[in-house]
Amino acid sequence: MSEQTRDTQTPEPTLMPPVDVIEDANGITLYADLPGVPKDKLSLHVEADTLTIEGEVALDIPEGMEASHAEVSLPRYRRVFTLSKELDSEKVGAEFTHGVLKLRIPKAAHAQPRRIEVRVE
Amino acid sequence: MMYRSLFPRDLFAELDRLQREMQQSYELSPSIRGVARGGFPAMNVGGTAKSVEIYAFAPGVDPASIDVQLEKGVLTIAGERKAEAVPEKASVHIDERFAGRFRRVVTLPEDVDANAVSAKYRDGVLHISIQRRAAAQPRRISIG
Repeated sequence: MSEQTRDTQTPEPTLMPPVDVIEDANGITLYADLPGVPKDKLSLHVEADTLTIEGEVALDIPEGMEASHAEVSLPRYRRVFTLSKELDSEKVGAEFTHGVLKLRIPKAAHAQPRRIEVRVE
Repeated sequence: MMYRSLFPRDLFAELDRLQREMQQSYELSPSIRGVARGGFPAMNVGGTAKSVEIYAFAPGVDPASIDVQLEKGVLTIAGERKAEAVPEKASVHIDERFAGRFRRVVTLPEDVDANAVSAKYRDGVLHISIQRRAAAQPRRISIG
């Protein structure tokens, strides 16, 4: 799994959510921080070997509020990854709690580790 | 202008000054405690005529473990975010998310009412709303 840094599809600026990517023998687990994104504004898209994570921030903002300090200054997150061949993109599992997305991408059965006997002749 | 020629302008000092000026221009009320950018949780602060609104972007934190204190006009948000468990024999390819204890402090305007505070945690964002004291709210003065 690698990241696509070049992105020509969306000209609008977006925030890049921080992620953790952990690989074990059976697959990859990805965690992404998307605070402020409600479940219905989160979009996960797998097309061919491209995984796109997008989310729109929806905060409770009282009428007439003026911002005086903003560290999260854009209302949209976006990050794109390229999945490698051995990952089974049809079996991606997703959980989204308290603004943290957890994705589990299993490896295809044929890509699971096998112990290879070394024969000595 | 002897001074200038004796001490030629140092480029780095100039850049430093420029950065300070820029920081002051977009942080409306620079505080003695400063505002550390890039810290966890990231914070947005705003205000209306009636309230001060603080948004702390703290995803993946148990809301019960967040400690919010308001004392002498200073708001402190503290807590801990645990690192995700890494199974044995797994390898970490990317490790960008914050883990560990955090603490951020915001100096509030003088007119806030410490007794009228509400705090909500939703979608990983802690939203604290503090009412301004009634006396400080703008009033229309009628001319008799």
